[in-house]
Amino acid sequence: MSAEFPTALILILGALGVPFLRGRARAAWMLALPVLAFAQIVALPLGEYAQVEFLGETLVLMRADRLSLAFGYIFAIATLLNVIYSLHDEDTVQQVAALAYAGSALGAVFAGDLITLFIYWELTAVTSVALIWARRTERSRRAAMRYLLVQLASGMLLLAGAVLHFQASASIRFDLLGLATPGGWLILLAFGIKCAFPLLHNWLQDAYPEATVTGTVWLSAFTTKLAVYALARGYAGTEMLIWIGALMTAFPIFYAVIENDLRRVLAYSLNNQLGFMVVGVGIGTELAINGTVAHAFSHILYKALLFMSMGAVLLRAGTVNGSQLGGLYKSMPWTTGFCIVGAASISAFPLFSGFISKALILSAAADGGYTITWLVLLFASAGVFHHSGIKIPYFAFFAHDSGIRCAEAPRNMLLAMGLTAALCIGIGVYPKPLYDLLPYAVSFVPYTGAHVLTQLQLLLFSALAFSVLMRTGLYPPELRAVNLDSDWFYRRIAPAMVGALGAGIAAMRLALEETLLRVGAPLVQVVLRLHAHGGPLARTLSTGAMALWISALLAVYLVMYYV
Amino acid sequence: MIADHLPALQVVVPLLAAPLMLLVRRGGFAWLLATLVSWTALAIALALAFKVREAGTISYAIGNWPPPWGIEYRVDALNSFVLVLVSLVASVVAPYARASVAAELPREQHYLYFTMFSLCLAGLLGISITGDAFNLFVFLEISSLSTYVLIALGRNRRGLLAAYQYLVLGTIGATFYIIGVGLLYLMTGTLNLADLAQRLREVHEIRPVLAALAFITAGVGLKLALFPLHFWLPNAYAYAPSAITAFLAASATKVSVYVLLRFYFVIFGVPLVFGRLPMAEVLITLSVLAVVSASLVAVFQRDLKRMFAYSSVAQIGYITLGMGLANKAGLTGAVVHLFNHGITKGAIFLLLGGVALRVGSTSLARAAGLARTMPLTSFGIVLAGMSLIGIPGTAGFVSKWYLILGAIEHGYWGLALLLVVSSLIAVAYVWRFVEMAYFREPEPGAARLAEAPASMLVPAWIMVAACVYFGLDTSFPLEGARSAVTVLLGGAR
Repeated sequence: MSAEFPTALILILGALGVPFLRGRARAAWMLALPVLAFAQIVALPLGEYAQVEFLGETLVLMRADRLSLAFGYIFAIATLLNVIYSLHDEDTVQQVAALAYAGSALGAVFAGDLITLFIYWELTAVTSVALIWARRTERSRRAAMRYLLVQLASGMLLLAGAVLHFQASASIRFDLLGLATPGGWLILLAFGIKCAFPLLHNWLQDAYPEATVTGTVWLSAFTTKLAVYALARGYAGTEMLIWIGALMTAFPIFYAVIENDLRRVLAYSLNNQLGFMVVGVGIGTELAINGTVAHAFSHILYKALLFMSMGAVLLRAGTVNGSQLGGLYKSMPWTTGFCIVGAASISAFPLFSGFISKALILSAAADGGYTITWLVLLFASAGVFHHSGIKIPYFAFFAHDSGIRCAEAPRNMLLAMGLTAALCIGIGVYPKPLYDLLPYAVSFVPYTGAHVLTQLQLLLFSALAFSVLMRTGLYPPELRAVNLDSDWFYRRIAPAMVGALGAGIAAMRLALEETLLRVGAPLVQVVLRLHAHGGPLARTLSTGAMALWISALLAVYLVMYYV
Repeated sequence: MIADHLPALQVVVPLLAAPLMLLVRRGGFAWLLATLVSWTALAIALALAFKVREAGTISYAIGNWPPPWGIEYRVDALNSFVLVLVSLVASVVAPYARASVAAELPREQHYLYFTMFSLCLAGLLGISITGDAFNLFVFLEISSLSTYVLIALGRNRRGLLAAYQYLVLGTIGATFYIIGVGLLYLMTGTLNLADLAQRLREVHEIRPVLAALAFITAGVGLKLALFPLHFWLPNAYAYAPSAITAFLAASATKVSVYVLLRFYFVIFGVPLVFGRLPMAEVLITLSVLAVVSASLVAVFQRDLKRMFAYSSVAQIGYITLGMGLANKAGLTGAVVHLFNHGITKGAIFLLLGGVALRVGSTSLARAAGLARTMPLTSFGIVLAGMSLIGIPGTAGFVSKWYLILGAIEHGYWGLALLLVVSSLIAVAYVWRFVEMAYFREPEPGAARLAEAPASMLVPAWIMVAACVYFGLDTSFPLEGARSAVTVLLGGAR
């Protein structure tokens, strides 16, 4: 396929064809689309294609350089894996939305200018929201609405920033933006929302666990990684991002530890993993950017694998609350195995994909002299192992037997998980093909004695901590507290530190809500009363009143002109 | 030979078609003639636009009485743009109207309907093309009177009240306008618009001119439904026959905007209106109120036609906002939005006509599950709704883009932000339709509903396609708007 044809359109236009097909034909069509997209990306020579004139500016729909290509590959791969994973579900809305969503993410990655980026940015928001909505519960409906609003706000900020940037620099290209202009700040904020920066992150943990079984897997792959790509493109080397990223790696850990909904645990750990990538972008050296890209690449795979396994559990067992699960390994041995592979990868066990990518970022931090950051990242790595590496498989598949006996996951799910697991291990064992894809040349050797030793020490001690806490009965979710969903920060059983942190945040939130309510509510009331159906502004006036209005306005004009 | 008389034919063709329909008294014939007439009008408008682009302003003296004594028809880049819009909308609505009218009106009224339609078209085209202030009043009355009749033809009896109210207010508006023109005539002794513009520069006694400006602003402001003079509009739109709602929403208010543009920028001139008087502030304030308030009201409406009628008030707010900005980008935004909103709202109301036909009502509650039964109609409304919101790739985005640029050029950052935020309110009301149509189960009895007939669907989708097409290929509306703005700003100096 010609380079002039935007890759995004293969998937988006292809998605529009889905409703017209049934059964096997539809499955084949949906599988063919990502393969076709992948083939196009493989054949894509470096350069800029599909340039169109719009409002006097040149839009670049296809910019193929090493950075965008790396993300293009993984997005296409993830699309294929996710299609396989969701083949059992014949929900047309979801299938169309998911493919269009993946297509828009690809479009955004290849966008060479801010307008095109904005268009796809918004498209990812609009298409992905259907995946949450499609669960068709009141809860998911509300979560979807909140998610959509946040995502659209991000898009609006991006547009506003783009306009300012255009005013300042007379260029609409999407290159290194930096923080020199107000536009740069706005765009960073837009990316930050989508990347779930601390305090801008709530939408992620709010929405992802409410999506459908397959929807969460789709969501986990694209939205935030698109933001990481955008940051790497626009803000490489922005020092502030190091601190933001470090904070991001650390704080979700506490929440992840006390959360009961296992898909929400994964959402928190997704947030934490993004932190590593943001740190990489902030450091901005060649090694760090390589690390970010590599980590995004492997992260998409193992995070998808973990969400896939939890999705399978949700499908079969009907719940993913840690306190209600346990002992599922008997019913779902394959899923258990794949989940453990994902857990080992996210924990960065040597020979798994997380190890060879995270090591790049850690090294970049150490080489750059960011000692504190490096320590935070180490702490976060231990935490990851704790909540994603051990907690997820342990509570879902082992722990005390919940008595749930269910069928193994459907075949297409197993196939998708198997392929993903194979990729996770393959990349871990033989990282060279991945390293070759990275934006800059790699001289890094992951498997040195020091690297492996550090990592193993970390993992062992983390495992030790978990075991000790379990044995002594101190580990939070084992306590009889089922309803963790909404009131988790009131829990006192969490470790003291978490308690303090949680309470502090809760108090702040409460205070903020209180003030907003006090000040805002009456105002909102007035606005609502004025505009509601039958309100003064929406009512039909009597003819006389209308005539009065026009005379009044005439009088006002006359007075104003004469004075 | 005929080519020289195109400006006259533009108005005369629909004007003469009307009595012919009245004589024949056949619905089918009237429809056919109305369709042919509006297509002819479109062809003439396009030919004129082409000629203006090639050779500049065309001046045509009616009956060979040279201006400023005789009546002059004057076509420049600005009004040729409006002519194209009006005749384009008419030529899409006319073929559509046959099925819609057959369902909504008793047989014996069909020929009346098309007679009034042709008259209204003639009136709107006349307002746009004439170069004479009094002649403009005459056409204003022609279009208004026929509009009152058309609204009253609606099958909902409340249409009568809506028409009556519009009649009273429209008459007040027209009266104000003619008082204003009278004052101007008193001061300058001429009614020719171009001549007026010149002579007004030499008038030193400024007070009567200011009074004229006040009268014309209030009068025309009412016709274009400038907040807070919009109260007549939602009912008129909601209760008029479907095709007429689409026609009026897409063209009538736009023509009034054109009149205001012409008077402000060409006749009174920027130094007076925006330099000496605080009209910029007034227009911007009223527009912002219109955009925010009317959008909010739209969110809470329970009837789709009313919802989009309020949205029209808000969208007109965007146009007057660009007018108030009075710089190149802002005015370009205003003129482009004139066109873009015309096709967008036209598309929506045409599609809603299909809903009214099949569902029997345009209430939001009855639209539950509409996407199942009328997928093309629903999807079309969503696409046009996206253009209303201003999503890139649709026509609405282009106009918003220029309005934002215009606001930033003045340093009105808050205003630029407001423009962006106000589209979120549009998301809210469009979303209410999406939620109803796509995520609710249809009512039990609704399962057998069919898609609207092709004769309605095709014209509606032409408009929808235009919303998308002009969002991607912006050259036609943008170039038209640019040269129109040159007329506006050039005429001022």
